[in-house]
Amino acid sequence: MTVETLLTDLRLLTPELILAVGAMAFLLLGVYWKGEEAAARLIMRLSTALLVICAGVTIWMAGGEGGTAFHGAFKLDAFSLYAKTAIYLAAAGALVLASHYLQSERLAKFEYPVLALLAVTGMSVMVSSNDLITLYLGIELQSLALYILAAFNRDSLRASEAGLKYFVLGALSSGLLLYGASLIYGFAGSTGFDAIAAAASEDGAKIGLLFGLVFLLSGLAFKISAVPFHMWTPDVYEGAPTPVAAFFATAPKLAAMVLIARVVYEPFAPMTEEWRQIIVVLAILSMGVGAFGALMQSNIKRLMGYSSIGNMGYALVGLAAGTALGLWSVLFYMTLYIVGVLGAFAVILSMRRAEGMVERIDDLKGLSKTHPALGWSMTALMFSIGGMPFLVGFFGKLFVFYAAAEAGLWWLMVIGLVFSAVSIAYYLRVVKVIWFDEPEGRFEPAPAGVALISRAAALATVGLVPVVGVMLALVINAAA
Amino acid sequence: MLQAAAFYILAASAVISAFMVVAARNPVRAVLFLILTFFSAAGLFVLLGAEFLAMILVIVYVGAVAVLFLFVVMMLDIDFATLKAGSAGYLPLGGLIALAIAAQLALVGFAWVGADGAAVHLQAPMPEDTHNIAALGALIYDRYVLFFQLAGLILLVAMIGAIVLTLRHRDGVKRQNMHRQVNRSRGEAVEVIDVKRGEGIG
Repeated sequence: MTVETLLTDLRLLTPELILAVGAMAFLLLGVYWKGEEAAARLIMRLSTALLVICAGVTIWMAGGEGGTAFHGAFKLDAFSLYAKTAIYLAAAGALVLASHYLQSERLAKFEYPVLALLAVTGMSVMVSSNDLITLYLGIELQSLALYILAAFNRDSLRASEAGLKYFVLGALSSGLLLYGASLIYGFAGSTGFDAIAAAASEDGAKIGLLFGLVFLLSGLAFKISAVPFHMWTPDVYEGAPTPVAAFFATAPKLAAMVLIARVVYEPFAPMTEEWRQIIVVLAILSMGVGAFGALMQSNIKRLMGYSSIGNMGYALVGLAAGTALGLWSVLFYMTLYIVGVLGAFAVILSMRRAEGMVERIDDLKGLSKTHPALGWSMTALMFSIGGMPFLVGFFGKLFVFYAAAEAGLWWLMVIGLVFSAVSIAYYLRVVKVIWFDEPEGRFEPAPAGVALISRAAALATVGLVPVVGVMLALVINAAA
Repeated sequence: MLQAAAFYILAASAVISAFMVVAARNPVRAVLFLILTFFSAAGLFVLLGAEFLAMILVIVYVGAVAVLFLFVVMMLDIDFATLKAGSAGYLPLGGLIALAIAAQLALVGFAWVGADGAAVHLQAPMPEDTHNIAALGALIYDRYVLFFQLAGLILLVAMIGAIVLTLRHRDGVKRQNMHRQVNRSRGEAVEVIDVKRGEGIG
């Protein structure tokens, strides 16, 4: 590899380079800056700005040509560019949500945004991976930073428990993933996705590759908290600081989902019939647990945990289609889901009384009377995430089910519809508490960033509908 | 023939000692079995022609990591017998699942032996005229430079994490400040007190 080839290869990694170098520069800045609080505030703003800049760079790069770098280990295409832009913006939103919370909970340290930036670098590598080693390193970079963020409130017993639980189970899933990767390597003779695709199209190695794929998908399913690898989700969402939970529910989920899509659509495309069975089982179980598990929850963060399990199930329904349409439906669904979840967490972060943060569903009682704007926002967001007709979440679900039905998976679509109807019940319960219960005290006024995100996301659930319609038509035309 | 015998001896010792790591009652013994597992794996690497990796495994894992483990285990006051008390209840179900997975993996193993590409993959593609370290260096600093750098970033995250989760800034800690010590003048260091007779300086 000469300097010229290295530089051409690095050009494809521009956003990742900006993020990694930025994270290290901010780390130095934080260490040498006098005054911890001031450093934390400054670096939080700089990191948010850096993420937005990276999103801009990624959009600008969409004009250039994609390609692979580092002997095919890293791949830049329309798919990864889209995912990266969404990840950067979601992470920037999560940082905006975190800023005020960390200060008021006495957690403001400059390492928080630095770790978030490094986690985003990992996600960015994940969605561009074209080799099993890139895949693994991206996942580890992301997960390790997330374990630390989960335990960031180290003086809280529950946050430490959440961090430890996430870490131990995550290490186990990494072990499964590596075992699967080694089986795949043994049968394909290479870790590159192109070589694996070539091996998968021959009959001889199929059984071994299938076993490898099962282990690989088990490891990846842990990252999106698909059932039966979901046990950590409600506990971690409840125990971790709320803005960390908001971060967990958005960018990493998208990155892991895109990674799963890439793995099954590219190297294992010749084995669609085989992997579809795995994805279908994961999808049905996730939708079921998500729908029924959330019914009895009293903590709104746990509710969001179960909601995310269920929503990953719906996204997997689109993935099971195995068509280009299915792929776009997953991306689309995940984007709309992220907008909704970011807004919902902004509302949860607005739930602050004089004595501190509250997080029971009952604390939302009478929100429509005490804080009408917040009440409307939460109502729209809950309906959108639940997929009630004529908010954007509904179109996301419609698209996913359409993709599945078009690929001949009618029965899966019907199961999805049934679980979707069940899951509406708990979203409705939240809405009922907001509108029909008597208020019990008021919340403190929310900080500007949080209020802005909750209102903007709620408006987006209605305002994006015409855009969504156009995009649906475009994508269906493009895929056909 | 000799190579095959060495392989089977090393592989058997690796598997048995790995099992003993999990099964041993005494945690110190478990760590010692872990070291034996590392040694067996190092032997397998030598058989594959990867001498450098074998040496690294012994130096890093046995020499540093496992010894550190040993110290930590000896310092912790954990009664593993009580920790494992409930595990017998999971044995039937766990054993069944383990058996099923083992059977499936055996199936995969036989499929691999019979697969078309297996013979090609088994050959270690080491050029004749280069040695181990040069080949490894040429790979990780050239072809795999992206992986190398990403691994570095992961270690950086681990470092930040260790500091964030454990470092506490405490007030009132007395630290040595060389600059201040050297620049102290007689005026700040010595105080002359005129003590009155019979009163002291209470």
